[in-house]
Amino acid sequence: MSSGSNAAFRRLFNEIGTVDQVGIEERVAKYTTRSIKKAAKVQGLKLAVTMVDLTTLEGKDTPGKVASLCQKALAPHDGLDCPQVAAVCVYPAMVRHARRALGEDTAVRIASVATAFPSGQAPLRTRLAEVKAAVADGADEIDMVINRGAFLAGEFQEMQDEIAAVVQACGDATLKVILEVSELETYDKIRAASFLAMRVIRPGDFIKTSTGKTSLNATLGNNQVMIEAIRDFYLETGTPIAMKPAGGIRTAKQALQFLIAVKETLGDEWLNNTRYRFGASSLLNDLLRQLEKEKTGAYQAPYYFSEAAESY
Amino acid sequence: MSILTSENKRPTKRSAGRPLPELIFGDLWEFDPAPETADPKLKPRYDLFIGGRFVAPVSGKYFDSINPANETKLAEIAQANAADVDAAYAAAQKGFAVWSKLPGKERAKYIYRLARLLQDRAREFAVAETMDGGKPIKESRDFDVPMAAAHFFYHAGWADKLEYVAPGRKVAPLGVVGQVIPWNFPLLMMAWKLAPALAMGNTIVIKPAETTSVTALKFAEIVQDAGFPAGVVNIVTGFGDTGAAVLNHPAAVKVAFTGSTEVGKIIMRSLAGTDKKMTMELGGKAANIVFDDAPLDQAVEGIVNGIFFNQGHVCCAGSRLLVHEPVAAAVLAKLKTRIRTLRVGDPLDKNTDIGAINSREQLTRIEKLVASGVKEGADMFQPACKLPTKGYYFRPTVFSGVSMSHRIAREEIFGPVLSVLTFRTLDEAVEKANNTAYGLSAGVWTDKGSRILKMSTELKAGVVWANTYNKFDPTSPFGGYKESGFGREGGRQGLLDYCKLV
Repeated sequence: MSSGSNAAFRRLFNEIGTVDQVGIEERVAKYTTRSIKKAAKVQGLKLAVTMVDLTTLEGKDTPGKVASLCQKALAPHDGLDCPQVAAVCVYPAMVRHARRALGEDTAVRIASVATAFPSGQAPLRTRLAEVKAAVADGADEIDMVINRGAFLAGEFQEMQDEIAAVVQACGDATLKVILEVSELETYDKIRAASFLAMRVIRPGDFIKTSTGKTSLNATLGNNQVMIEAIRDFYLETGTPIAMKPAGGIRTAKQALQFLIAVKETLGDEWLNNTRYRFGASSLLNDLLRQLEKEKTGAYQAPYYFSEAAESY
Repeated sequence: MSILTSENKRPTKRSAGRPLPELIFGDLWEFDPAPETADPKLKPRYDLFIGGRFVAPVSGKYFDSINPANETKLAEIAQANAADVDAAYAAAQKGFAVWSKLPGKERAKYIYRLARLLQDRAREFAVAETMDGGKPIKESRDFDVPMAAAHFFYHAGWADKLEYVAPGRKVAPLGVVGQVIPWNFPLLMMAWKLAPALAMGNTIVIKPAETTSVTALKFAEIVQDAGFPAGVVNIVTGFGDTGAAVLNHPAAVKVAFTGSTEVGKIIMRSLAGTDKKMTMELGGKAANIVFDDAPLDQAVEGIVNGIFFNQGHVCCAGSRLLVHEPVAAAVLAKLKTRIRTLRVGDPLDKNTDIGAINSREQLTRIEKLVASGVKEGADMFQPACKLPTKGYYFRPTVFSGVSMSHRIAREEIFGPVLSVLTFRTLDEAVEKANNTAYGLSAGVWTDKGSRILKMSTELKAGVVWANTYNKFDPTSPFGGYKESGFGREGGRQGLLDYCKLV
């Protein structure tokens, strides 16, 4: 790392503070000892369903697969008093197919990963054009990736200018800024990137952990770093920023642990799908399976639940 | 230095006149009760454990053990008098003749058995410990019981390696030791006392605290199951007079006491002029020192763990928070936010963070000291949590604007009450931290390694934790300076307090 980037990081850390890895991992381990039973469990599971961004991000995605994903999003399971998910999340080329499958008059939103996802390694104007195209095709939300190269080199202005340009390109669409935490190396830098992003996005826009395309995705640890950054930013500026952990959250138990973290860090106002989302696909069926278990007292075999997508 | 820390440097995105943003920790998603349901297998009445058997007290008197969480009676406990204590010492002397002659590796087998049997019955003991003392089940389950087992494992490992305890010297057991333990960690303190004494080949007469005798007497069942020779471990229960009889008994060659400094002084007075060996682990008023470069959220977590662990009934609790002035406001704000999410209530609920105060007497003492804090002009903060209607509970409490002369900054409160003071320079922090009669523990929070090393040499405390708090390990000696006592428990140093060098 050049001394210039070092100085840039030092200045930023002096402003926003640092994170102790051992301490924060001890903190999040306590969430996993919480015991959620009965009505609280059902409520938590249903809440988690409403927060799912049901995702398929594969090279082999087809309009047919996206249509089936949308169907699952609208009606996750028969016979359960079960809410719809928050959104479907697809590649820009699939947005119009998703719009056709969902229709215009639906509460399920369409999110699209634009900006040369997952690497972001395309010229800015290509990335902005992709965002505009996705929005024009009917995307309600745009999931962008930050310029990690610029960030790690300490070129914060460049990174923030690009985010600001995407905000412009989004128009009315909600923006989610993917930090790709596994490429940021330390909790300190995850906190730093969170602050840099939050300073240029709008109230109600999201910061998001990962693309799901690298080895390490959402963990309770990096989720905690980011929601603490959101909390500090909110208390300082009054601007509420939303959060989306993505990738690696596959079980209902994990989802409840993330929600406990939200409840105890950000409080009640973040316990809804305008402020918190899960980027996931296999999570949904585990949530449904647990809801079915709470209702009937018995675990159903996994094949009783329709598969809509297999991605992260 | 930080935009989070100084009011006037904050970015002014917030337009004037709008209310300050606040977090809402309400009941939108309330947790259902999640009680631990393991059977604690309590007997309605517990006798004394002398010579390997449960025997009724000579006086025939019993007293009630109360569950502080709901004020119901848990069990009747035998009240031992001087005659019972005599019998216990006689049994222990007989036991010593057998136990001290066993080779170390044979003694180790018995001690390993204690550890394993305790692990086998961990849930049962955790529930009993929580019902008896009021501590949250998550602490007795995740800390007290596993830690007690760890102490037996560790010292069992020493039993056949005693020739290496004091290089160049040989060691021999002392004889019969008398021990009195407190009510804050009943089972764990018992393990701290028994394990090194047993490993060295001593036999024991031990008295648990009157409010928390149940797990000690349940542990007597484990001593029986482990097949110990009669009289190696003897447990007598009762009040202060029983404790005095145990510590003053002429057959005790060494006494070990953990408890308040006040009682420790009385014991030392009464033992002056005898040739008994002594170790004392007494009170504390630890300083937890946060510098401006510390990661604040983790420091706050450590502050919370330092003072609210076990309702603050911890002799090494970080009850004085010393904050560097540049970050004082930020730390206090973060601390208040964090405290609002602590769950106070039924200790048996797995989600409870702060359980019941151990006894009405202790609750009264806490209330009195908190009232003095208010009267002396410190700012009190308590979260608006609901407390159960029955039982002894106290809200987590933070006093800010405390000065060194306030009673709440000097006296050990032994409850969930934190006093916050500030400092400007490292020297001032050291001076304030050391300006106390106690010296058991301290905490330092900073990113700078050199500062940690400097602080750890300047602070007069037996333990200095750096960027963490309340961490224990059987291999690490624990004990105090000044009026926090002398002698060490744990590690090689702890063993040396239970032997003579020959």
